[in-house]
Amino acid sequence: MAKTMKHVDAVCVGMGWTGSIMARELTKAGLTVVGLERGANRTPAENFVLPTVRDELKYRLRLDTMLDTSVETITMRHEPGETALPMRRWETFNMGDGLGGSGLHWNGITWRFAPSEFVLRSHLTQRYGKNAIPADVTIQDWGITYDELEPHYDRFEKLCGVSGKAGNLKGQIVEGGNPFEGPRQNEYPNKPLILSQGGAMFMKAAQGLGYHPFQTPASNSSAPYTNPEGLTIGQCQYCGHCEFFGCESNAKASPNVCVLPALMRDSKFELRTDSYVSRLIYDKHARKVTGVVYIDRRTGEEITQTADIVILSAYPFNNTLLLLLAGIGQPYDPHTGKGTVGKNYCYQTIGGVSLFVEEEINPWIGTGTSAASIDDFQADNFDHGGLGFFGGGYICVSGSGGRPIQVRATPPGTPRWGTAWKEANAKWYNHNLSLTSHGCNYAHRNNYLDLDPTYKDAIGRPLVRQTYNYRDNDYKMSAYVTAKAAEIAKAMGAKIVNPPQPRTGNFGATNGQATHHTGGCIMGTDPKTSVVNRYLQNWNASNLFVMGGAVYPQNAGHNPTGTMGALAYWSANAIVNQYLKSPGALVHA
Amino acid sequence: MTDGGATLTAAEAAFLVAAADTIIPADELSPSGSQCGVVDFIDRELAGPYGQGVRLYRDGPIVKGKKEHGYQLGLAPRDFFRIGIEAADDWTRATYQKNFAELDEAGRQAALTAMETGKAAFENFNAREFFEALIAIVMEGFFADPIHGGNRDGAGWKMVGYPGLPADYRATIEPNRGKRLDIVPRGIADRR
Repeated sequence: MAKTMKHVDAVCVGMGWTGSIMARELTKAGLTVVGLERGANRTPAENFVLPTVRDELKYRLRLDTMLDTSVETITMRHEPGETALPMRRWETFNMGDGLGGSGLHWNGITWRFAPSEFVLRSHLTQRYGKNAIPADVTIQDWGITYDELEPHYDRFEKLCGVSGKAGNLKGQIVEGGNPFEGPRQNEYPNKPLILSQGGAMFMKAAQGLGYHPFQTPASNSSAPYTNPEGLTIGQCQYCGHCEFFGCESNAKASPNVCVLPALMRDSKFELRTDSYVSRLIYDKHARKVTGVVYIDRRTGEEITQTADIVILSAYPFNNTLLLLLAGIGQPYDPHTGKGTVGKNYCYQTIGGVSLFVEEEINPWIGTGTSAASIDDFQADNFDHGGLGFFGGGYICVSGSGGRPIQVRATPPGTPRWGTAWKEANAKWYNHNLSLTSHGCNYAHRNNYLDLDPTYKDAIGRPLVRQTYNYRDNDYKMSAYVTAKAAEIAKAMGAKIVNPPQPRTGNFGATNGQATHHTGGCIMGTDPKTSVVNRYLQNWNASNLFVMGGAVYPQNAGHNPTGTMGALAYWSANAIVNQYLKSPGALVHA
Repeated sequence: MTDGGATLTAAEAAFLVAAADTIIPADELSPSGSQCGVVDFIDRELAGPYGQGVRLYRDGPIVKGKKEHGYQLGLAPRDFFRIGIEAADDWTRATYQKNFAELDEAGRQAALTAMETGKAAFENFNAREFFEALIAIVMEGFFADPIHGGNRDGAGWKMVGYPGLPADYRATIEPNRGKRLDIVPRGIADRR
């Protein structure tokens, strides 16, 4: 007989960025909140300290802070009808585990999506015509506009102490910032970081080509900073250990530094780590989720936690899994195009070009991004007429740390071992840069998530099955943007530019790319084509709110975290100011 | 060159010493792979949780997939290397009448090249997959923090100019733009 805990006003499933923000906002509004976290309780002050935090083998290769695939993984296949096989170890992306989730090991790159992304289908239809979007490209509008989200982006940027330079302040284009960004009400809370050597070279070359380079907005604080929660963020030391690592100087924003210490002081909040939510309890008749069932990993006991409001704040795979297991909404079917849960699963389309320069780079000096980017080929910032694809990406220069097990490119033709390899490594390590084309991934009819029929996780549930491949739009977009990156590489005065590597071939479980997954529980204006409404409220359970990348109808070319933070604040605002006054559907379909 | 002994047999250690020293030969840039502790590193890694496949999803059915499915064997790394080294030695004996470790330098280079390029056909094991795992763990042993048993005296770091731990560069960047900074590398144990 399952043990039942005392009823609370709200429960959060997963305590990364969105769970922490929601719990904070709801407790501020007077609600009692329990935060359930599958993994360990980690605090930077105790778990990420010098000297042991600077261990590339432990954190980057052995993935110490990441989800243990022996407990939970996903299966993958390229097309409906194929047999999916499990990712037996992470070789391409890495889901975080433990308190702070993936918000602990991210690089800190903090973008706003371009305004056109939020109204993508309408925008492209209006600009390029009714028949411009191919039938199998299932992109949708978000049901929210950039302007509505702007104040919430602002809150998230202040929470993180983002370092950057505004490019569009209240409609005025500002020199040195990103002129393509949507209008901002406020400057970034911190000045840009000190530009890396590669960043300085990139800025000069991109300017020379007539582009509009700017320093990439970074949640790596350029100065000591106190955020609106009264919590202090340290000053970045440019140590080159952001992604995959915790930050020992507390300079990289994370839920653990920016929200949780304030939340933990609030007696209305209770954190339970090692609490592995196995399923939701769904009352289909009442169209409510009455609570969740979790396993206390310390005792093995199954425990029920009932709540008036349930926040799904886990990773997109897990949010989708929990909806599918509970039978909330209709699973997506690629053959009919009907159903919504699992639909429009997207990833990120990344290409790059490696270059070798005369200048000493000192690549081990780095941050999440003390480098520079251009947005000239992002979103619909350029005319797509006749190009045969939509969307784009930003082009940036590397600069997150020359950790030598992984970061050691050599010119083409270099052997991979032996004397000649050693000579090439010694010669080029301090002279290598790479440019990245960080592209969008627009939804495709055959890319989706469902339950695997064969493989199970450690607690006996089906694994999530990813049916996914890059599609025509991705290949063309990546070829176009990566070719632009190669032109910049040449303009940087490179002695050698390796052949550009746009995204080609099938999606592979071994092609290391970002951990940027979206979709599966997408937001929208119509319950027939989306899982949650514009407030992230589930259409089939009015007390269930779904967070994170899972709700993006398709993925933009920018990194996703800024938008998920903004959406969490947007949703929290709707719950506190509308839902609590009159619990029920906030949008009537 | 290796005190090893955590899990490797003498034959496995001999194979790995020969492989590490062919992949990373001794020259003016660094001592050889095994002199840098690469085989000690591999021994420790394979004896530990990584080698035991503690975080590997090993549930069946085990099915041979497309190459894009990534690693699909149920083998933990310890067993992968045990079987792979046996298969490699079987192949060099069949091809060159000697175990890999008994080949001269040119013979080892030829054997590794055959594995790397897919020309070597091991019986019941994928030679190319074995080579990729081998070169990956040798590189880890050459470049990981010395606390893990390899990269002795920071030899791998010195070869490329990576400084290891000291890592507060706030005041370093501007005055040193475009200049090479020769910092004597320090590892985790140096800061304890």
